Amino acid sequence: MKLIKFFIVGVVFGIVLTKAEAVSWYRIYEMFMFQSFHMYGIIATAIFVGVTGIYLIKKKDIQGFKGAEINIQDKDFSYSRYIIGGTMFGLGWGLVGSCPGPIFILIGNGVFSICVVLLGALLGTYIYGILKNKLPH
Amino acid sequence: MVVKCDTYVIFAKEKFIYEIENKYSNSKNNISQYMEVIQGTWHWAVSGFLIGLIMLVLTYFGKTFGMSSNLRNICSLTFGKSKIEYFDFDWKEQRWNLAIALGAIVGGFLASYFLMDSPDILQINPKTIENLQQLNIDAPNGKLGPDAMFSLENLFTIKGFFILLIGGFLIGFGTPYAGGCTSGHAISGLSNLQIPSLIAVIGFFLGGLISAHFLIPLIFGS
Repeated sequence: MKLIKFFIVGVVFGIVLTKAEAVSWYRIYEMFMFQSFHMYGIIATAIFVGVTGIYLIKKKDIQGFKGAEINIQDKDFSYSRYIIGGTMFGLGWGLVGSCPGPIFILIGNGVFSICVVLLGALLGTYIYGILKNKLPH
Repeated sequence: MVVKCDTYVIFAKEKFIYEIENKYSNSKNNISQYMEVIQGTWHWAVSGFLIGLIMLVLTYFGKTFGMSSNLRNICSLTFGKSKIEYFDFDWKEQRWNLAIALGAIVGGFLASYFLMDSPDILQINPKTIENLQQLNIDAPNGKLGPDAMFSLENLFTIKGFFILLIGGFLIGFGTPYAGGCTSGHAISGLSNLQIPSLIAVIGFFLGGLISAHFLIPLIFGS
């Protein structure tokens, strides 16, 4: 099964984010209050590893797993969508303390109230899908 | 002579047992020390390294790390081939991403039930706890989120329910609008030195700061 390897990546992701406490509302609040280095350390280290890795993949022209095509895309340039969309996401992130990854992970953690957050998120994405062509991008 | 020899043998035997026991208890201590390291909060450097690695492994598999796409995938698979252009795509090509989301749920379960047996988790800044106390928000004490927000009693109040729903709505509306979340922009995008991702991350922080410094005191402060 080709999907098994992605499932395993997901399991590791869930374990790491739980053990790093990045799924915790408290850690997100503490980060936005500038009262801890923990989350900044996690994000900065991940980006450092990422920048180094992506640089090496591009420079050494590394081939993907079993002939998979490596697909590193540039993002389209714009201001409005990133600032407006980004700020909306940030408001939600700071309020309920979870981004889309942790929403799934917290279900496994047994924080069942997070299902309401997931419901709200699906509703939000659905409304975005309807309004997409009317919004400035 | 015989007696002396016996005593010597007994001493040697006792010494041997003592050494073995000592060695065993030492290794037992080592194991419990390792377990403590795993059971406690993982260091930010270890966690960040592993998250960076997860992103690189997905790139190596020919995919792009991005959890918020799953919100769109779930919408699309719930409503099927809908008339809405945004959801009119073949979600089956995104099955790998849904497999990650499913794995993440299982990973969260495994971590919390088998790797979380430590009283030392969530040692947040005492100042933060003090701030929260003033807002009538309970301290962690081993919980991932405050009861003031996530307890079931709170969920069944109108205010509690709508805070979670609106928070979720903002996440669900904001991430596809911005074209990604923490994983897609902050980790993947910035790793590829994308200016749009930097703008998005500035937006994330702008929103987060407004929430933490103004909205949360407004909602929870008396």
